[in-house]
Amino acid sequence: MKKQYFINGNIIDPHNSINENGGLIVSEDGKIEAVGKKVNVNNLPTREKPIDLKGKYLIPGIVDMRVFVGEPGYEYKENFRTLSNAALSGGVTSVVTMPNTNPIIDNVSIVDFLKRRGRDKSKINIFPCASLTQNIEGTNMTEFGLLAKKGIIAFTDGVKTIQNTSLMSRIMNSAKDLDCLIMQHAEDYHLSKNGMINSGIIATKLGLSGIPDIAERIIIERDLTLLEKNKCRYHISQLSSAKSVEVIKERKNDIKFTCGVSVNNLSLNENDIGDFKTFLKLSPPLRKEEDREALVQGLKDKTIDVIVSDHKPEDEESKRLTFSQAATGASGIETLLSLSLELYHNGSVKLETIIQALTSNPAKILRINKGNLTIGNDADFCIIDLDKPWIVKKENLISKSKNTSIEDKKLQGKVTNTFVKGKELFKV
Amino acid sequence: MTIELILMATKSNKAIKISQKHLLGIQDLSINDVNLILDESQKFIKLNQSKNKRLNVLNGKTQINLFFEPSTRTQSSFELAGKRLGADVMSMNMGNSAIKKGETLIDTAMTLNAMHPDIIVIRHQDSGACNLLSQKVNCAVLNAGDGRREHPTQALLDALTIINRKDKIQGLRIAICGDILHSRVARSNIYLLTMLGAEVNIVAPSNLMPKEIEKFGVNTFTDMKKGLKDCDIVMMLRLQNERMTSSFLSSNREYYEYYGLTPDKLDHAKQDAIIMHPGPMNRGIEIDTRLADDINKSVIKEQVELGVAVRMACLKIFCE
Repeated sequence: MKKQYFINGNIIDPHNSINENGGLIVSEDGKIEAVGKKVNVNNLPTREKPIDLKGKYLIPGIVDMRVFVGEPGYEYKENFRTLSNAALSGGVTSVVTMPNTNPIIDNVSIVDFLKRRGRDKSKINIFPCASLTQNIEGTNMTEFGLLAKKGIIAFTDGVKTIQNTSLMSRIMNSAKDLDCLIMQHAEDYHLSKNGMINSGIIATKLGLSGIPDIAERIIIERDLTLLEKNKCRYHISQLSSAKSVEVIKERKNDIKFTCGVSVNNLSLNENDIGDFKTFLKLSPPLRKEEDREALVQGLKDKTIDVIVSDHKPEDEESKRLTFSQAATGASGIETLLSLSLELYHNGSVKLETIIQALTSNPAKILRINKGNLTIGNDADFCIIDLDKPWIVKKENLISKSKNTSIEDKKLQGKVTNTFVKGKELFKV
Repeated sequence: MTIELILMATKSNKAIKISQKHLLGIQDLSINDVNLILDESQKFIKLNQSKNKRLNVLNGKTQINLFFEPSTRTQSSFELAGKRLGADVMSMNMGNSAIKKGETLIDTAMTLNAMHPDIIVIRHQDSGACNLLSQKVNCAVLNAGDGRREHPTQALLDALTIINRKDKIQGLRIAICGDILHSRVARSNIYLLTMLGAEVNIVAPSNLMPKEIEKFGVNTFTDMKKGLKDCDIVMMLRLQNERMTSSFLSSNREYYEYYGLTPDKLDHAKQDAIIMHPGPMNRGIEIDTRLADDINKSVIKEQVELGVAVRMACLKIFCE
C-alpha cells in the first residue's frame, strides 16, 4: 500500500482531544503515522500528492455496540458480508454483534465458527458477544471465562433480560471475578407482557398493549442495587425514558457503570408509529416527546455514554403483518451517523459529544483499541460531508433487509469515504 | 312507507358523499359522515319491519365477510344486511381457511381481491388488521371489530338506538361500564358519543381502565354508583375473560358485587334511564339477569334489531 496523505480537513478525535483543522498520514502498512494540524501542505514531502479534504470532517471509524447479524441461522436477513458493506457506507468500522442467532452464541465451539466467518466474509472488525445464559433461557450462566479467552468481549442476552434477581446477582459476581463486561437489556417481563408500544394514549387509541416506562426503570434500579455490592463492569444497552435518565444521572454519582441509547429513541417518538407502522415496532419502544428530549439532554450532559444503531435487520415478510404479529426492530447501521448528526444540526448536542458517543466511549467501555486516531494504531476512519442533504430511501439501502425506521426522512451529513486499516473500502 | 318510497328516498340522498373510502373506525369519520349513516339507517328500520324486506340497491355487488374471530350477531347481521340489499354475500369461516396453513393476512387479502369483491367486512383479533387489509385491496373495507381498537358499526347502532329512545344524543349523560381495557366497543362509543355531544362517564376498576383514557374527553370513575349518577344511558360491557392473560380481577363474584349492574346501583341513574349491552352477555357477572330482560329498561334486543339497519346503511354507502 502506498503512503496516503490527507490535508485540509476538520479532524475530530475525542480520544486524543483533537478537534482541529489538519490532516492525517497513513503509513504503508495501514497504520496512523501522523494526525492533526501538523499535517498540512507545508510539512509534506513535495513529491507526494496529498488528498485535499476541502474542509470535510475526518473522524475515527464508528464503533457500534449493538448490532444483530443473521449469521448463523438467519442469513436471509443479514450475513457478515452484507452487514459489513452496510456498515462501511455509514462510517462504521467496528461492530459488537449480539448473540441472538440460531444457534445462540453461548459456547466456545460456536465462537470459533463465528470468528472464522467474520474473518473470511467481513471487511470490518467484528467483536462478538456471547449470551449471559445458556440458550438465552435466563437460567444457567454461560462460561464467561472460557468464552472471554476465545475473544468474546462482552456478555448479554441481547433482546432478553435476566428476570431472576438471584441469578443476576451471581452473574455480576462471576463477571467481577473474571473481569467481564455484561450488558443488560432492561425490561421487566411481567410489566411488559404482550406490550408492543409505549403505554399511554397512543397504545389506548391503537388498541395495543403497552410497555410502561417503569418496566425499564425497575430492572435498572434492581441491577444498580446489586451492583453496589457486586462491582463488575456493567452496561445498560439502551435507555428509552426520562425516568431512566433521571435514575442513572443520580446513581452515576456513587456507582461505576455505563449506558447507551439507540439513535431511534433519540430522534423519533411514539407519534411516528402513526397508523400501525410495523417498521417502528422497536424494543425498547419509542416513547413520548418528553422522553426523547430527556434522552437528548442525557447525551448532552454525558449521563448517556454511547449511541448505538440497534441494527436489527428483518425481512419484508416478518414486517408485512399485523402490528402484533410483526417482528420487532429496525435496520439502522447505515443511517446511525447521519441520524445522530440531526442532533448537531438542530443545535441540541455538540458535534464532538456525538462523535465521542460513537467512537471513543464505546471503545473505552469495551476495552478495545478502536475508535481513535492514535499514532501507530490501525487507520480505521471515515470522511464526512457534514452538510450534504440526502433522503433515506429503502431501495438505496445496502443492508440485506430494508426495514428502516426513517424511510423518506431528510437528513443532513453523509459519509463519503470509509477506510479500514488504511484501505479505502467505501466511497460515494 | 312503501318500498318504492324508500327506494326514492335512498336515491335522493346520493348528493351527500361519505368522506372515507373505508369504514375502519369512528375516529376517521366526520360528524357529517356519521349523520349521513344514521339518516340512511333510519330508512332501513321500517323496511326491516315490513313484509318484503328485499331491496335491489346492491344487485350484482359482491360482499365478502371475513371473520377471524367467532361472532354470532355481528356476522349474521352483516350477512342479512347484505342479502336484504341484494348483494351476493359470501361468509368465510376463517377457521378452515388457508390462514390455518400459514397464509398471511396480506396474502389472503390479495387472493380475495383477485375475485373482485365490492366490499369486504373483516373481524380480526389484532388491532389494526383492517387498516392493513384496506391498504392491499381495491374495494371498500368495513371493520367488524379489530382487536381492542374499534368496532364502528356497533357504536353507530348504539347511537341509533339512543336517538330512537331519547330523540337526541347531545347533552345526555352516558355511562360506559366494565371491561374498558379490552373493549373495542367502548373505544368506538367514546369517539362517537363525545362527537355527538354526550357527556361520557367511564366506570371500571383501575385494572381494566386503559392508560390516559381521560384524554379522550371522558370522566373516569372506579366507583360505579358515582359513575352512574344522573345518567340517561347505562351501557354495560362484557367482561372479556378470553383476552385476559393474567389476573386482572380477584373473582367474578367480587366483580359482580362492585361492577355488576344491579337494581340498587341503577337507582343512582335517572328514573327513565335505559340499559344497553353489545352482547353477548355474562348474566350474573356484569349484569343482573332480571335487569337484562326488563322490557321497560333494557333495549338490548332493539340494539340487535337496529344493527341490521345500520349495517345495511354502511354497506350501501361504502359500496357506492
